[in-house]
Amino acid sequence: MIRTTVLTAARRVLLVLGMPAVLFAVWWFATADSTDFYVPPLATILQKFGEVWTVERLLSDVVPSLIRLVAGYLLAVVVGVGLGLVVGMSRVVRDVLEPVLELFRAIPPPVLVPVIMLFAGIGDTMKVIVIVSGCMWPILLNTVEGVRAGDEVLSDTCRSYGITGVARLRHLVLRSASPQIVTGMRQALSIAIILMVISEMFAAINGLGFTIVQFQRSFAIPEMWSGVLLLGLLGFALSLLFRFAENRVLAWYHGLRRAQRNP
Amino acid sequence: MLDVRNLQKIYTGRNRNVEALRNLTFHIGAGELVCLVGPSGCGKTTLLKCMAGLLTPTGGEVTLDGHPVTGPPPGMAVVFQEYGRSLFAWMNVRDNVALPLRRKKLGKTREKELVDHALEVVGLADAHQAYPWQLSGGMQQRVAIARAVAFEPKVLLMDEPFAAVDAQTRAELEDLIRHLWRELGVTVLFVTHDIDEAVYLGQRTIILSTSPTVVQEDLTIDLPDERDQLHTRSSTRFAELRAHVYEQIQRAKHHNGDAEAPKDDDPDTLTDDRSHDLAVQNTES
Ligand SMILES: Nc1ncnc2c1ncn2[C@@H]1O[C@H](COP(=O)(O)OP(=O)(O)OP(=O)(O)O)[C@@H](O)[C@H]1O
Ligand SMILES: [Mg+2]
Repeated sequence: MIRTTVLTAARRVLLVLGMPAVLFAVWWFATADSTDFYVPPLATILQKFGEVWTVERLLSDVVPSLIRLVAGYLLAVVVGVGLGLVVGMSRVVRDVLEPVLELFRAIPPPVLVPVIMLFAGIGDTMKVIVIVSGCMWPILLNTVEGVRAGDEVLSDTCRSYGITGVARLRHLVLRSASPQIVTGMRQALSIAIILMVISEMFAAINGLGFTIVQFQRSFAIPEMWSGVLLLGLLGFALSLLFRFAENRVLAWYHGLRRAQRNP
Repeated sequence: MLDVRNLQKIYTGRNRNVEALRNLTFHIGAGELVCLVGPSGCGKTTLLKCMAGLLTPTGGEVTLDGHPVTGPPPGMAVVFQEYGRSLFAWMNVRDNVALPLRRKKLGKTREKELVDHALEVVGLADAHQAYPWQLSGGMQQRVAIARAVAFEPKVLLMDEPFAAVDAQTRAELEDLIRHLWRELGVTVLFVTHDIDEAVYLGQRTIILSTSPTVVQEDLTIDLPDERDQLHTRSSTRFAELRAHVYEQIQRAKHHNGDAEAPKDDDPDTLTDDRSHDLAVQNTES
Protein backbone atom coordinates (compact mmCIF):
# COMPACT_ATOMS: atom_id res chain seq x y z
CA MET A 1 0.00 0.00 0.00
CA ILE A 2 2.47 2.58 1.23
CA ARG A 3 5.00 1.34 -1.28
CA THR A 4 2.63 1.90 -4.19
CA THR A 5 1.69 5.39 -3.04
CA VAL A 6 5.36 6.27 -2.75
CA LEU A 7 5.93 4.87 -6.22
CA THR A 8 3.02 6.78 -7.79
CA ALA A 9 4.17 9.95 -6.05
CA ALA A 10 7.67 9.42 -7.37
CA ARG A 11 6.28 8.85 -10.85
CA ARG A 12 4.30 12.06 -10.67
CA VAL A 13 7.34 14.06 -9.58
CA LEU A 14 9.28 12.52 -12.47
CA LEU A 15 6.54 13.46 -14.91
CA VAL A 16 6.40 17.03 -13.64
CA LEU A 17 10.14 17.54 -13.57
CA GLY A 18 11.11 15.35 -16.54
CA MET A 19 10.48 17.75 -19.40
CA PRO A 20 12.03 20.80 -17.73
CA ALA A 21 15.10 18.71 -16.91
CA VAL A 22 15.44 17.66 -20.56
CA LEU A 23 15.05 21.27 -21.72
CA PHE A 24 17.67 22.43 -19.27
CA ALA A 25 20.04 19.73 -20.46
CA VAL A 26 19.53 20.78 -24.08
CA TRP A 27 20.07 24.42 -23.14
CA TRP A 28 23.20 23.51 -21.18
CA PHE A 29 24.88 21.49 -23.95
CA ALA A 30 23.76 23.72 -26.83
CA THR A 31 25.26 26.81 -25.22
CA ALA A 32 28.21 25.16 -23.44
CA ASP A 33 30.79 26.44 -25.95
CA SER A 34 28.87 29.53 -27.00
CA THR A 35 30.94 32.61 -27.64
CA ASP A 36 27.94 34.62 -28.82
CA PHE A 37 27.71 37.70 -26.64
CA TYR A 38 23.91 37.54 -26.55
CA VAL A 39 23.68 33.82 -25.85
CA PRO A 40 26.06 33.07 -22.98
CA PRO A 41 26.57 29.49 -21.73
CA LEU A 42 24.00 28.33 -19.20
CA ALA A 43 26.82 27.77 -16.73
CA THR A 44 27.60 31.50 -16.80
CA ILE A 45 23.94 32.39 -16.40
CA LEU A 46 23.57 30.10 -13.39
CA GLN A 47 26.68 31.54 -11.81
CA LYS A 48 25.34 35.08 -12.32
CA PHE A 49 21.98 33.92 -11.00
CA GLY A 50 23.51 33.28 -7.60
CA GLU A 51 25.32 36.61 -7.63
CA VAL A 52 22.43 38.74 -8.84
CA TRP A 53 19.44 37.35 -6.94
CA THR A 54 20.59 37.95 -3.41
CA VAL A 55 18.16 38.33 -0.55
CA GLU A 56 18.31 42.16 -0.78
CA ARG A 57 17.57 41.97 -4.49
CA LEU A 58 14.68 39.64 -3.89
CA LEU A 59 13.28 42.00 -1.27
CA SER A 60 13.76 45.17 -3.30
CA ASP A 61 12.66 43.91 -6.70
CA VAL A 62 10.88 40.57 -6.59
CA VAL A 63 8.67 41.17 -3.57
CA PRO A 64 7.20 44.45 -4.90
CA SER A 65 6.45 42.70 -8.19
CA LEU A 66 4.77 39.85 -6.40
CA ILE A 67 2.69 42.19 -4.25
CA ARG A 68 1.43 44.02 -7.34
CA LEU A 69 0.77 40.71 -9.04
CA VAL A 70 -1.19 39.29 -6.14
CA ALA A 71 -3.13 42.52 -5.57
CA GLY A 72 -4.02 42.85 -9.25
CA TYR A 73 -4.90 39.19 -9.60
CA LEU A 74 -7.11 39.04 -6.53
CA LEU A 75 -8.85 42.25 -7.51
CA ALA A 76 -9.45 40.82 -10.97
CA VAL A 77 -10.92 37.67 -9.42
CA VAL A 78 -13.28 39.70 -7.22
CA VAL A 79 -14.37 42.01 -10.04
CA GLY A 80 -14.53 39.25 -12.65
CA VAL A 81 -16.53 36.82 -10.54
CA GLY A 82 -18.77 39.57 -9.13
CA LEU A 83 -19.59 41.05 -12.52
CA GLY A 84 -19.83 37.58 -14.01
CA LEU A 85 -22.51 36.62 -11.49
CA VAL A 86 -24.56 39.72 -12.25
CA VAL A 87 -24.25 39.28 -16.01
CA GLY A 88 -24.79 35.53 -15.87
CA MET A 89 -27.91 35.70 -13.74
CA SER A 90 -29.70 38.53 -15.49
CA ARG A 91 -30.82 38.21 -19.03
CA VAL A 92 -31.36 41.93 -19.43
CA VAL A 93 -27.91 42.86 -18.16
CA ARG A 94 -26.41 40.23 -20.42
CA ASP A 95 -28.13 41.53 -23.53
CA VAL A 96 -27.00 45.05 -22.77
CA LEU A 97 -23.43 44.31 -21.71
CA GLU A 98 -22.36 41.36 -23.82
CA PRO A 99 -21.31 43.30 -26.97
CA VAL A 100 -19.41 45.84 -24.86
CA LEU A 101 -17.62 43.09 -22.97
CA GLU A 102 -16.63 41.32 -26.17
CA LEU A 103 -15.20 44.59 -27.45
CA PHE A 104 -13.13 45.22 -24.34
CA ARG A 105 -11.91 41.68 -24.32
CA ALA A 106 -10.68 42.01 -27.88
CA ILE A 107 -8.26 44.82 -26.97
CA PRO A 108 -4.79 43.40 -26.30
CA PRO A 109 -4.06 44.40 -22.67
CA PRO A 110 -0.51 45.80 -23.25
CA VAL A 111 -2.01 48.46 -25.53
CA LEU A 112 -3.85 49.78 -22.51
CA VAL A 113 -0.65 50.50 -20.56
CA PRO A 114 0.05 53.94 -22.09
CA VAL A 115 -3.62 54.84 -21.81
CA ILE A 116 -3.81 53.82 -18.17
CA MET A 117 -0.57 55.69 -17.45
CA LEU A 118 -2.27 58.88 -18.59
CA PHE A 119 -4.77 58.88 -15.76
CA ALA A 120 -3.28 56.55 -13.17
CA GLY A 121 0.29 57.83 -13.27
CA ILE A 122 3.28 55.54 -13.14
CA GLY A 123 2.99 54.24 -9.59
CA ASP A 124 1.77 50.99 -8.17
CA THR A 125 -1.85 51.92 -8.87
CA MET A 126 -1.18 52.01 -12.58
CA LYS A 127 0.47 48.58 -12.52
CA VAL A 128 -2.33 47.02 -10.53
CA ILE A 129 -4.92 48.57 -12.84
CA VAL A 130 -3.06 47.21 -15.86
CA ILE A 131 -3.07 43.72 -14.38
CA VAL A 132 -6.76 43.91 -13.45
CA SER A 133 -7.83 45.33 -16.79
CA GLY A 134 -6.03 42.59 -18.65
CA CYS A 135 -6.73 39.48 -16.66
CA MET A 136 -10.30 40.01 -15.48
CA TRP A 137 -11.81 39.13 -18.88
CA PRO A 138 -11.24 35.39 -18.93
CA ILE A 139 -12.53 35.24 -15.34
CA LEU A 140 -15.58 37.34 -16.17
CA LEU A 141 -16.51 35.52 -19.35
CA ASN A 142 -15.97 32.06 -17.87
CA THR A 143 -18.05 32.98 -14.83
CA VAL A 144 -20.88 34.12 -17.10
CA GLU A 145 -20.71 30.83 -18.98
CA GLY A 146 -20.58 28.83 -15.77
CA VAL A 147 -23.55 30.62 -14.25
CA ARG A 148 -25.61 30.26 -17.41
CA ALA A 149 -24.90 26.54 -17.64
CA GLY A 150 -26.43 25.98 -14.20
CA ASP A 151 -28.75 23.00 -13.97
CA GLU A 152 -32.47 23.69 -14.06
CA VAL A 153 -33.42 20.74 -11.86
CA LEU A 154 -30.97 21.82 -9.19
CA SER A 155 -32.27 25.36 -9.39
CA ASP A 156 -35.86 24.10 -8.98
CA THR A 157 -34.71 22.00 -6.04
CA CYS A 158 -33.30 25.08 -4.34
CA ARG A 159 -36.45 27.06 -5.00
CA SER A 160 -38.75 24.43 -3.61
CA TYR A 161 -36.65 24.08 -0.45
CA GLY A 162 -36.58 27.83 -0.02
CA ILE A 163 -32.84 28.13 -0.61
CA THR A 164 -32.76 31.64 -1.99
CA GLY A 165 -30.70 34.84 -1.88
CA VAL A 166 -27.22 34.61 -0.42
CA ALA A 167 -27.54 30.90 0.43
CA ARG A 168 -28.44 30.15 -3.17
CA LEU A 169 -25.53 32.22 -4.42
CA ARG A 170 -23.11 30.52 -2.08
CA HIS A 171 -24.26 26.92 -2.25
CA LEU A 172 -25.63 26.72 -5.76
CA VAL A 173 -24.56 29.40 -8.22
CA LEU A 174 -20.93 29.85 -7.20
CA ARG A 175 -20.27 26.19 -6.61
CA SER A 176 -21.84 24.92 -9.80
CA ALA A 177 -19.96 27.56 -11.80
CA SER A 178 -16.70 26.93 -9.97
CA PRO A 179 -15.13 24.60 -12.59
CA GLN A 180 -15.51 27.31 -15.22
CA ILE A 181 -14.45 30.06 -12.83
CA VAL A 182 -11.26 28.14 -12.08
CA THR A 183 -10.59 27.69 -15.80
CA GLY A 184 -10.87 31.45 -16.21
CA MET A 185 -8.63 32.02 -13.22
CA ARG A 186 -5.96 29.74 -14.67
CA GLN A 187 -5.92 31.67 -17.94
CA ALA A 188 -5.89 34.91 -15.99
CA LEU A 189 -2.86 33.90 -13.95
CA SER A 190 -0.53 33.68 -16.94
CA ILE A 191 -1.90 36.94 -18.32
CA ALA A 192 -1.33 38.57 -14.94
CA ILE A 193 2.33 37.54 -14.88
CA ILE A 194 2.89 38.87 -18.38
CA LEU A 195 1.22 42.17 -17.51
CA MET A 196 3.16 42.47 -14.28
CA VAL A 197 6.41 42.39 -16.29
CA ILE A 198 5.16 44.61 -19.08
CA SER A 199 3.83 47.28 -16.76
CA GLU A 200 7.22 47.40 -15.05
CA MET A 201 9.02 47.76 -18.34
CA PHE A 202 7.19 50.96 -19.19
CA ALA A 203 7.84 53.01 -16.11
CA ALA A 204 9.04 51.79 -12.78
CA ILE A 205 11.65 52.22 -10.11
CA ASN A 206 11.78 48.60 -9.05
CA GLY A 207 10.42 45.19 -9.92
CA LEU A 208 11.42 42.10 -11.83
CA GLY A 209 10.51 43.48 -15.24
CA PHE A 210 12.28 46.74 -14.46
CA THR A 211 15.46 44.91 -13.41
CA ILE A 212 15.54 42.75 -16.50
CA VAL A 213 15.22 45.82 -18.72
CA GLN A 214 17.97 47.59 -16.76
CA PHE A 215 20.32 44.68 -17.33
CA GLN A 216 19.48 44.59 -21.00
CA ARG A 217 20.10 48.32 -21.41
CA SER A 218 23.46 48.05 -19.71
CA PHE A 219 24.41 45.02 -21.82
CA ALA A 220 24.69 42.77 -18.74
CA ILE A 221 23.47 39.88 -20.83
CA PRO A 222 24.05 36.89 -18.46
CA GLU A 223 22.37 38.89 -15.70
CA MET A 224 19.44 39.62 -17.99
CA TRP A 225 19.11 35.92 -18.79
CA SER A 226 19.21 35.07 -15.10
CA GLY A 227 16.21 37.40 -14.65
CA VAL A 228 14.35 35.64 -17.43
CA LEU A 229 15.14 32.34 -15.76
CA LEU A 230 13.83 33.60 -12.44
CA LEU A 231 10.66 34.76 -14.13
CA GLY A 232 10.20 31.29 -15.61
CA LEU A 233 10.72 29.66 -12.23
CA LEU A 234 8.26 32.06 -10.66
CA GLY A 235 5.60 31.22 -13.23
CA PHE A 236 6.24 27.53 -12.71
CA ALA A 237 5.94 27.84 -8.92
CA LEU A 238 2.71 29.84 -9.21
CA SER A 239 1.13 27.32 -11.53
CA LEU A 240 2.06 24.50 -9.15
CA LEU A 241 0.48 26.45 -6.32
CA PHE A 242 -2.58 27.04 -8.46
CA ARG A 243 -2.90 23.38 -9.31
CA PHE A 244 -2.60 22.45 -5.65
CA ALA A 245 -5.42 24.85 -4.72
CA GLU A 246 -7.51 23.70 -7.66
CA ASN A 247 -7.22 20.06 -6.63
CA ARG A 248 -8.60 20.96 -3.24
CA VAL A 249 -11.43 23.21 -4.39
CA LEU A 250 -12.49 21.07 -7.33
CA ALA A 251 -11.91 17.63 -5.84
CA TRP A 252 -15.64 16.93 -6.22
CA TYR A 253 -15.57 17.92 -9.88
CA HIS A 254 -12.64 15.72 -10.79
CA GLY A 255 -14.30 12.84 -8.93
CA LEU A 256 -17.57 13.46 -10.76
CA ARG A 257 -15.82 13.50 -14.11
CA ARG A 258 -14.02 10.27 -13.34
CA ALA A 259 -17.29 8.66 -12.23
CA GLN A 260 -19.01 9.75 -15.44
CA ARG A 261 -16.19 8.38 -17.61
CA ASN A 262 -16.29 4.88 -16.12
CA PRO A 263 -19.74 4.23 -14.68
CA MET B 1 -55.87 20.32 1.67
CA LEU B 2 -54.49 20.39 -1.87
CA ASP B 3 -56.89 21.41 -4.58
CA VAL B 4 -56.33 21.52 -8.31
CA ARG B 5 -59.06 23.35 -10.15
CA ASN B 6 -59.42 23.58 -13.95
CA LEU B 7 -55.67 23.57 -14.28
CA GLN B 8 -54.36 24.30 -17.73
CA LYS B 9 -50.78 24.72 -18.86
CA ILE B 10 -49.67 25.77 -22.30
CA TYR B 11 -45.98 26.01 -23.05
CA THR B 12 -45.47 28.85 -25.47
CA GLY B 13 -42.50 28.36 -27.75
CA ARG B 14 -41.22 30.53 -30.56
CA ASN B 15 -43.22 28.84 -33.28
CA ARG B 16 -45.08 26.12 -31.39
CA ASN B 17 -47.48 26.06 -28.52
CA VAL B 18 -47.79 22.86 -26.54
CA GLU B 19 -50.89 22.33 -24.48
CA ALA B 20 -49.47 19.98 -21.88
CA LEU B 21 -52.47 20.14 -19.55
CA ARG B 22 -55.95 20.95 -20.73
CA ASN B 23 -58.25 20.83 -17.75
CA LEU B 24 -57.47 19.05 -14.53
CA THR B 25 -59.56 19.08 -11.39
CA PHE B 26 -58.99 16.93 -8.35
CA HIS B 27 -58.63 17.13 -4.61
CA ILE B 28 -56.17 15.57 -2.21
CA GLY B 29 -57.18 15.41 1.43
CA ALA B 30 -54.79 15.93 4.33
CA GLY B 31 -52.79 12.80 5.08
CA GLU B 32 -53.76 11.01 1.88
CA LEU B 33 -51.41 8.99 -0.30
CA VAL B 34 -52.46 9.47 -3.90
CA CYS B 35 -50.84 8.01 -6.99
CA LEU B 36 -50.93 9.65 -10.38
CA VAL B 37 -50.49 7.55 -13.51
CA GLY B 38 -50.54 8.53 -17.12
CA PRO B 39 -48.83 7.80 -20.42
CA SER B 40 -45.35 9.18 -20.99
CA GLY B 41 -45.41 12.82 -22.03
CA CYS B 42 -48.95 13.43 -20.79
CA GLY B 43 -47.82 16.23 -18.49
CA LYS B 44 -47.28 14.58 -15.12
CA THR B 45 -44.10 16.55 -14.44
CA THR B 46 -45.78 19.71 -15.65
CA LEU B 47 -48.66 19.14 -13.23
CA LEU B 48 -46.29 18.50 -10.36
CA LYS B 49 -44.32 21.65 -11.07
CA CYS B 50 -47.51 23.69 -11.15
CA MET B 51 -48.54 22.19 -7.82
CA ALA B 52 -45.11 22.89 -6.35
CA GLY B 53 -45.33 26.54 -7.35
CA LEU B 54 -42.39 26.18 -9.72
CA LEU B 55 -44.43 26.82 -12.83
CA THR B 56 -47.24 29.32 -13.38
CA PRO B 57 -50.31 27.68 -14.88
CA THR B 58 -51.94 29.21 -17.94
CA GLY B 59 -55.38 28.75 -16.47
CA GLY B 60 -57.06 27.49 -13.32
CA GLU B 61 -55.41 27.35 -9.95
CA VAL B 62 -53.83 25.23 -7.28
CA THR B 63 -54.69 25.94 -3.67
CA LEU B 64 -53.03 24.60 -0.56
CA ASP B 65 -55.19 24.84 2.57
CA GLY B 66 -57.30 27.38 0.75
CA HIS B 67 -54.40 29.64 -0.22
CA PRO B 68 -53.50 29.91 -3.90
CA VAL B 69 -50.06 28.52 -4.69
CA THR B 70 -48.09 31.25 -6.47
CA GLY B 71 -44.59 30.23 -5.44
CA PRO B 72 -43.02 27.27 -3.67
CA PRO B 73 -44.99 26.86 -0.40
CA PRO B 74 -42.82 26.50 2.70
CA GLY B 75 -44.16 23.14 3.89
CA MET B 76 -43.73 21.28 0.65
CA ALA B 77 -40.94 19.02 -0.55
CA VAL B 78 -40.45 17.72 -4.08
CA VAL B 79 -38.49 14.67 -5.20
CA PHE B 80 -37.66 15.19 -8.85
CA GLN B 81 -37.64 12.68 -11.66
CA GLU B 82 -34.03 13.45 -12.53
CA TYR B 83 -32.74 12.63 -9.07
CA GLY B 84 -29.10 12.58 -10.21
CA ARG B 85 -29.37 16.21 -11.23
CA SER B 86 -31.20 17.27 -8.08
CA LEU B 87 -28.29 16.55 -5.73
CA PHE B 88 -25.41 18.91 -5.09
CA ALA B 89 -22.35 17.15 -6.52
CA TRP B 90 -20.04 19.34 -4.41
CA MET B 91 -21.57 18.33 -1.11
CA ASN B 92 -21.43 15.00 0.63
CA VAL B 93 -24.61 13.09 1.39
CA ARG B 94 -24.95 14.59 4.84
CA ASP B 95 -24.70 18.19 3.67
CA ASN B 96 -27.11 17.50 0.83
CA VAL B 97 -29.71 16.39 3.34
CA ALA B 98 -28.91 19.12 5.86
CA LEU B 99 -28.83 22.16 3.58
CA PRO B 100 -32.61 22.74 3.35
CA LEU B 101 -32.81 22.51 7.15
CA ARG B 102 -30.39 25.36 7.80
CA ARG B 103 -33.04 27.90 6.90
CA LYS B 104 -35.36 26.47 9.51
CA LYS B 105 -32.90 27.33 12.29
CA LEU B 106 -33.77 24.32 14.41
CA GLY B 107 -30.53 24.27 16.35
CA LYS B 108 -27.58 21.95 15.84
CA THR B 109 -28.91 19.04 17.91
CA ARG B 110 -32.32 18.85 16.30
CA GLU B 111 -30.82 19.25 12.85
CA LYS B 112 -28.37 16.42 13.47
CA GLU B 113 -31.18 14.26 14.79
CA LEU B 114 -33.33 14.81 11.70
CA VAL B 115 -30.48 14.14 9.28
CA ASP B 116 -29.34 11.02 11.11
CA HIS B 117 -32.86 9.67 11.28
CA ALA B 118 -33.66 10.40 7.64
CA LEU B 119 -30.50 8.70 6.41
CA GLU B 120 -31.15 5.82 8.74
CA VAL B 121 -34.67 5.11 7.47
CA VAL B 122 -33.59 5.13 3.82
CA GLY B 123 -30.78 2.75 4.68
CA LEU B 124 -27.87 5.10 4.11
CA ALA B 125 -26.63 5.32 7.69
CA ASP B 126 -23.06 4.57 6.63
CA ALA B 127 -22.92 6.83 3.58
CA HIS B 128 -22.89 10.23 5.29
CA GLN B 129 -19.48 11.24 3.99
CA ALA B 130 -19.88 9.91 0.44
CA TYR B 131 -20.43 12.24 -2.49
CA PRO B 132 -23.49 11.63 -4.67
CA TRP B 133 -21.41 10.59 -7.67
CA GLN B 134 -19.84 7.83 -5.61
CA LEU B 135 -23.26 6.22 -5.15
CA SER B 136 -25.42 4.02 -7.36
CA GLY B 137 -28.58 5.41 -8.94
CA GLY B 138 -30.81 3.82 -6.33
CA MET B 139 -28.71 5.22 -3.50
CA GLN B 140 -28.76 8.70 -5.05
CA GLN B 141 -32.52 8.51 -5.22
CA ARG B 142 -32.62 7.53 -1.57
CA VAL B 143 -30.52 10.58 -0.71
CA ALA B 144 -33.12 12.74 -2.45
CA ILE B 145 -35.85 10.98 -0.49
CA ALA B 146 -33.94 11.37 2.78
CA ARG B 147 -33.59 15.07 2.09
CA ALA B 148 -37.35 15.35 1.65
CA VAL B 149 -37.97 13.30 4.79
CA ALA B 150 -35.60 15.33 6.96
CA PHE B 151 -37.35 18.48 5.81
CA GLU B 152 -40.53 17.29 7.57
CA PRO B 153 -42.89 18.53 4.89
CA LYS B 154 -46.63 18.66 5.19
CA VAL B 155 -46.93 17.76 1.53
CA LEU B 156 -44.55 15.51 -0.39
CA LEU B 157 -44.62 15.45 -4.17
CA MET B 158 -42.68 12.69 -5.89
CA ASP B 159 -42.10 12.50 -9.63
CA GLU B 160 -41.42 8.95 -10.84
CA PRO B 161 -38.85 8.55 -8.15
CA PHE B 162 -38.15 4.88 -8.82
CA ALA B 163 -37.93 4.95 -12.59
CA ALA B 164 -34.23 4.18 -12.65
CA VAL B 165 -33.79 1.60 -9.92
CA ASP B 166 -33.82 -2.18 -10.16
CA ALA B 167 -36.89 -4.22 -9.20
CA GLN B 168 -35.56 -5.30 -5.81
CA THR B 169 -34.62 -1.79 -4.70
CA ARG B 170 -37.85 -0.55 -6.09
CA ALA B 171 -39.90 -2.88 -3.94
CA GLU B 172 -37.91 -1.79 -0.89
CA LEU B 173 -38.38 1.87 -1.68
CA GLU B 174 -42.11 1.40 -2.21
CA ASP B 175 -42.45 -0.09 1.24
CA LEU B 176 -40.26 2.71 2.55
CA ILE B 177 -42.62 5.32 1.13
CA ARG B 178 -45.63 3.65 2.72
CA HIS B 179 -43.75 3.36 5.99
CA LEU B 180 -42.74 7.03 5.95
CA TRP B 181 -46.20 8.12 4.98
CA ARG B 182 -47.72 6.30 7.94
CA GLU B 183 -44.99 7.32 10.34
CA LEU B 184 -44.91 11.00 9.42
CA GLY B 185 -48.53 11.54 8.51
CA VAL B 186 -47.63 13.56 5.43
CA THR B 187 -49.80 14.09 2.40
CA VAL B 188 -48.18 12.36 -0.56
CA LEU B 189 -48.70 12.69 -4.28
CA PHE B 190 -46.76 10.01 -6.06
CA VAL B 191 -46.32 10.15 -9.83
CA THR B 192 -45.52 6.96 -11.68
CA HIS B 193 -46.01 5.31 -15.02
CA ASP B 194 -45.87 1.85 -13.48
CA ILE B 195 -49.36 0.39 -13.11
CA ASP B 196 -48.43 -2.11 -10.38
CA GLU B 197 -46.82 0.63 -8.38
CA ALA B 198 -49.83 2.90 -8.81
CA VAL B 199 -52.13 0.22 -7.42
CA TYR B 200 -49.83 -1.06 -4.70
CA LEU B 201 -48.84 2.25 -3.15
CA GLY B 202 -51.79 4.52 -2.82
CA GLN B 203 -55.24 4.95 -1.38
CA ARG B 204 -56.34 6.50 -4.64
CA THR B 205 -55.08 6.47 -8.19
CA ILE B 206 -55.66 9.35 -10.55
CA ILE B 207 -55.36 8.29 -14.17
CA LEU B 208 -54.53 10.95 -16.74
CA SER B 209 -55.32 10.87 -20.44
CA THR B 210 -52.88 11.63 -23.23
CA SER B 211 -52.10 15.20 -24.14
CA PRO B 212 -54.07 17.54 -24.11
CA THR B 213 -54.55 16.10 -20.70
CA VAL B 214 -57.67 15.68 -18.59
CA VAL B 215 -58.39 13.39 -15.65
CA GLN B 216 -59.44 10.06 -17.11
CA GLU B 217 -60.45 8.46 -13.85
CA ASP B 218 -60.14 8.98 -10.13
CA LEU B 219 -60.04 5.50 -8.66
CA THR B 220 -60.19 4.46 -5.03
CA ILE B 221 -57.82 1.62 -4.19
CA ASP B 222 -59.81 -0.45 -1.73
CA LEU B 223 -56.96 -2.69 -0.62
CA PRO B 224 -56.39 -3.20 3.09
CA ASP B 225 -54.09 -0.68 4.75
CA GLU B 226 -51.57 -3.34 5.72
CA ARG B 227 -49.74 -4.09 2.50
CA ASP B 228 -46.76 -6.21 1.71
CA GLN B 229 -45.10 -7.03 -1.56
CA LEU B 230 -45.95 -10.73 -1.49
CA HIS B 231 -49.53 -10.95 -0.30
CA THR B 232 -50.97 -7.72 -1.55
CA ARG B 233 -49.65 -8.29 -5.04
CA SER B 234 -51.04 -11.80 -5.23
CA SER B 235 -54.54 -10.94 -3.99
CA THR B 236 -57.46 -11.08 -6.40
CA ARG B 237 -58.51 -7.53 -5.66
CA PHE B 238 -55.05 -6.33 -6.59
CA ALA B 239 -55.29 -8.18 -9.90
CA GLU B 240 -58.72 -6.68 -10.59
CA LEU B 241 -57.60 -3.16 -9.82
CA ARG B 242 -54.48 -3.65 -11.84
CA ALA B 243 -56.49 -4.87 -14.84
CA HIS B 244 -58.85 -1.95 -14.48
CA VAL B 245 -56.05 0.62 -14.41
CA TYR B 246 -54.41 -1.11 -17.34
CA GLU B 247 -57.61 -0.87 -19.38
CA GLN B 248 -58.05 2.75 -18.46
CA ILE B 249 -54.50 3.53 -19.51
CA GLN B 250 -55.02 1.74 -22.80
CA ARG B 251 -58.14 3.81 -23.31
CA ALA B 252 -56.33 6.90 -22.19
CA LYS B 253 -53.89 6.44 -25.03
CA HIS B 254 -56.66 7.08 -27.52
CA HIS B 255 -58.53 9.44 -25.38
CA ASN B 256 -57.80 13.01 -24.45
CA GLY B 257 -59.35 16.40 -23.92
CA ASP B 258 -60.18 16.55 -27.61
CA ALA B 259 -62.16 13.34 -27.71
CA GLU B 260 -65.57 14.69 -26.84
CA ALA B 261 -65.14 17.95 -28.64
CA PRO B 262 -65.46 18.62 -32.36
CA LYS B 263 -62.11 17.73 -33.93
CA ASP B 264 -59.79 20.56 -34.72
CA ASP B 265 -57.31 20.20 -37.53
CA ASP B 266 -54.47 21.09 -35.21
CA PRO B 267 -54.63 20.11 -31.55
CA ASP B 268 -52.01 22.74 -30.76
CA THR B 269 -54.05 25.70 -31.88
CA LEU B 270 -55.96 27.08 -28.98
CA THR B 271 -58.40 29.56 -30.26
CA ASP B 272 -61.57 28.27 -28.68
CA ASP B 273 -62.45 28.10 -25.05
CA ARG B 274 -64.12 24.74 -25.09
CA SER B 275 -61.53 23.48 -22.63
CA HIS B 276 -63.54 25.15 -19.94
CA ASP B 277 -66.60 23.15 -20.83
CA LEU B 278 -64.81 19.87 -20.37
CA ALA B 279 -65.41 18.77 -16.88
CA VAL B 280 -63.66 15.88 -15.27
CA GLN B 281 -64.65 12.72 -17.03
CA ASN B 282 -65.41 9.32 -15.64
CA THR B 283 -65.03 10.33 -12.08
CA GLU B 284 -65.63 7.38 -9.84
CA SER B 285 -64.75 7.47 -6.24
N1 LIG C 1 -40.27 23.55 -20.83
C1 LIG C 1 -41.08 23.05 -21.77
N2 LIG C 1 -41.29 23.74 -22.91
C2 LIG C 1 -42.11 23.25 -23.88
N3 LIG C 1 -42.75 22.09 -23.81
C3 LIG C 1 -42.56 21.34 -22.71
C4 LIG C 1 -41.72 21.77 -21.64
N4 LIG C 1 -41.72 20.83 -20.67
C5 LIG C 1 -42.53 19.86 -21.12
N5 LIG C 1 -43.05 20.15 -22.34
C6 LIG C 1 -43.99 19.34 -23.11
O1 LIG C 1 -45.13 19.15 -22.32
C7 LIG C 1 -45.59 17.82 -22.43
C8 LIG C 1 -45.66 17.16 -21.08
O2 LIG C 1 -44.34 17.04 -20.53
P1 LIG C 1 -44.06 16.43 -19.12
O3 LIG C 1 -42.60 16.41 -18.90
O4 LIG C 1 -44.87 17.16 -18.12
O5 LIG C 1 -44.60 14.95 -19.29
P2 LIG C 1 -44.49 13.70 -18.30
O6 LIG C 1 -45.85 13.13 -18.19
O7 LIG C 1 -43.80 14.09 -17.07
O8 LIG C 1 -43.59 12.71 -19.16
P3 LIG C 1 -42.67 11.51 -18.61
O9 LIG C 1 -43.55 10.40 -18.24
O10 LIG C 1 -41.85 11.17 -19.82
O11 LIG C 1 -41.86 12.06 -17.49
C9 LIG C 1 -44.65 17.13 -23.41
O12 LIG C 1 -45.25 17.13 -24.69
C10 LIG C 1 -43.44 17.98 -23.41
O13 LIG C 1 -42.82 17.94 -24.66
MG1 LIG D 1 -42.06 13.50 -16.11
